[in-house]
Amino acid sequence: MSGKDILIVGVGGQGVVLASNFLAEAALRAGYEVKKTDTLGMAQRGGSVVSHLRYAGSVASPLIPAGEADLLIAFEKLEAARWAHFLKPDGAAIVNDLAMPPLSVTLGTETYPSDQDLLDMLSAFSTNIRLVPATAAAANLGNPKMVNTVLLGYASRWLDIEPGILTSAIEAGLPEKLRKTNLAAFETGRDLAAGQFRQE
Amino acid sequence: MERLLLSGNEAIALGAAHAGVKIAAAYPGTPSTEIMEAISRIPDIYGEWSSNEAVAVEVATGASYTGVRAMACMKHVGLNVAADAFMAAATTGVRGGLVIVSADDPGIHSSQNEQDSRNYARLGKVPCLEPSDSQEAYDFARAAFQISEEFDTPVLLRPTTRVCHSKSIVAPREKNPIGQNPEFRHDPGKLVMLPGAARMRWAKIIERLRQLSLYAETSGLNKIIVGKTDLGIVANGISYQYAREVFPGASFLKLGISYPLPEKLVRDFAGQVGRPLVIEELDGFIETELRAMGIAVTGKEFLPRTGEFSPDVIRDSAARAGIITGAKSKPAPASGLAKRPPLLCPGCPHAGFFFTLSSMGHRSTLPGKTQRTPKLTVCGDIGCYTLGAYPPLGVIDTCGCMGAGISHAAGMAQAGISEKPLAVIGDSTFMHSGINSLINAVYNQAKICVIILDNGTTAMTGHQGHPGSGVSVKGQSGNRVVIEDLVRGAGVKNVAIIDAFDLKTIRSALRQAMSSESLEVLIIRGECPTLARKKAKPLELSAQKCDDCGACLLIGCSAIMKTGNGKITIDPGACLGENCTLCLQLCARGAISAKEVSS
Ligand code: SF4
Ligand code: SF4
Repeated sequence: MSGKDILIVGVGGQGVVLASNFLAEAALRAGYEVKKTDTLGMAQRGGSVVSHLRYAGSVASPLIPAGEADLLIAFEKLEAARWAHFLKPDGAAIVNDLAMPPLSVTLGTETYPSDQDLLDMLSAFSTNIRLVPATAAAANLGNPKMVNTVLLGYASRWLDIEPGILTSAIEAGLPEKLRKTNLAAFETGRDLAAGQFRQE
Repeated sequence: MERLLLSGNEAIALGAAHAGVKIAAAYPGTPSTEIMEAISRIPDIYGEWSSNEAVAVEVATGASYTGVRAMACMKHVGLNVAADAFMAAATTGVRGGLVIVSADDPGIHSSQNEQDSRNYARLGKVPCLEPSDSQEAYDFARAAFQISEEFDTPVLLRPTTRVCHSKSIVAPREKNPIGQNPEFRHDPGKLVMLPGAARMRWAKIIERLRQLSLYAETSGLNKIIVGKTDLGIVANGISYQYAREVFPGASFLKLGISYPLPEKLVRDFAGQVGRPLVIEELDGFIETELRAMGIAVTGKEFLPRTGEFSPDVIRDSAARAGIITGAKSKPAPASGLAKRPPLLCPGCPHAGFFFTLSSMGHRSTLPGKTQRTPKLTVCGDIGCYTLGAYPPLGVIDTCGCMGAGISHAAGMAQAGISEKPLAVIGDSTFMHSGINSLINAVYNQAKICVIILDNGTTAMTGHQGHPGSGVSVKGQSGNRVVIEDLVRGAGVKNVAIIDAFDLKTIRSALRQAMSSESLEVLIIRGECPTLARKKAKPLELSAQKCDDCGACLLIGCSAIMKTGNGKITIDPGACLGENCTLCLQLCARGAISAKEVSS
């Protein structure tokens, strides 16, 4: 069984932990050994959030060593740069095209990197970077909060898990009234990736 | 076979439930909080949020004395609060199994220090069990109750953040029935610790410890995994999982019971391997014990004594020590990125008070202006409101441990500082141990100003109930202890209750309280918006009237942003609108307003 090491990052409140729970549940259903861990700190209040997810035939540490993640799913651009050193050189970075400047930037004591700077930083760690307009896609579907299912749909092209198992795990984890739209968001994400996907 | 994906905390709860635990008591504290939350969802088990950890241990001990299985849960610093109750239970022993969970936080993800709870196991001469994943969290919780009854001792279960907050697979086993027919048996020689009885008990405890180490020699909780013999690793808890990843071929002695140690087992293991190496987070606890037995081991001379381990930390340390060679270098993180510290939420009832304090205390400065010398001394405490220490508010001057703020302020006042010190404390912390400090301040006539920020919940850990909220662990409302009545009952003459979203009143009340010659208590009351989830129309910002002065940014509300071109905007998805209106009250140009209601 092959398996994957996946780092999911973002800002507190964006649904990072929920997304990694969906993926973990799907990996369990697919028969893998799974370990996942969230480092939240006090980030429930808008701080940086990172979730490590590993599935394979056998997993020891829940933490992914730096430089070994197959996939980085970032809900926000600055957070993508903050955690990019976890990627393998040929690992894929799936980065939501969204900037959330921290308050220090708003108050003028720190600066938010330009898109070019961000791309430069990211390409120092991997050559496989995809900027995904996931927030816009989710907003189009009626709820910007569904950015996590859009990104999961996009990322599903890289996982050794049947899309059907992923969608059933997402369904099981959501209340009835949110299921339909989130499955549509998942499909939107898959479609966004369809054109660009190549199996490495 | 059923396979569940559970966090370590959920697994501890399920293990306790399947061991037949009858009652559980806790005070919320990261990383332990979810244990009690998971238990509260299991029918037939009594669960409570106790007012503090000492109370939780006492409640659980009392239940154990009636013969049922009981558990108390907390974080490491909570065990300091509960230390006296813990030592008392360690001395009397138990009847029904008594398990005390103390979750350590290596790396200080969400704490004020990173102490190692195992030292309390040694102090109390009680066994310490350390799970390394969720399956073990489940199994060890069950085993802990059985060991407790067999050896007449409370058992310390010590998970760490990385075990508590990791999910892995759990295969549950057969359930024991929940304990019934509680009955207290009179046994003063065991339970009334007057010197005569206590002396007898203490001798028994020393013997108990000897029996426990014999048990540890053969217990299945300690395991030897045979591999190559040039490297033999002694590891506990999550460190074992990291070490297994870094040294896949090595021999391991995995200690599920890290106190007391099985001397013969370790001696045999150490004798069979080339270089026994102890890998443990935080203190060199096992290492010191082994050295005291005369077993030559290495560990802390190259592994860190502070911070959280990871496979990376262990690999780097081992490479430096020459234990592994040819390790490829790891990429370093990008440098110079803007930090993202946690913030008060949009619509937080603490924000307006902190802003007022900040402006009166010269802490807030408009973007581009130089900072003035701070005025006012503000003693803080533990909770969401500690975030008031970050810019732009920057108004917390001390923060030590639960309930310390009021006493810090009293100490400063008694020491004779010229200005009246302020103490800021949340409602849950006030119930936890602030009340003790307030009683002391009343009694000793401390000239301070105490501000209780009452948002009706324990917000920082995820909105648990407490005596002042009157909400039980199952979410049902029960009796509420009214803070102002309590404060008045403690003898405070001047108590004012103020709306958290009314900046003018907050300012005048603070002025008045600061200038008075006596102890003043202000209760600033406003609901935590993340709990209330009240729908509200976001406020609007008029681009014509706004001159982008940035005054509204000083609230520190994350719904107010400055875009790339320097324009201020309000995020309609995040703003709490008429439930808050703080920025509206602040804007001198009247650029912020409530949305017109279209009919
Ligand atoms: S959770 Fe409640 S108390 Fe805590 S920062 Fe958010 S709004 Fe404020
Ligand atoms: S009213 Fe102003 S301060 Fe309050 S949440 Fe909305 S933007 Fe933030």
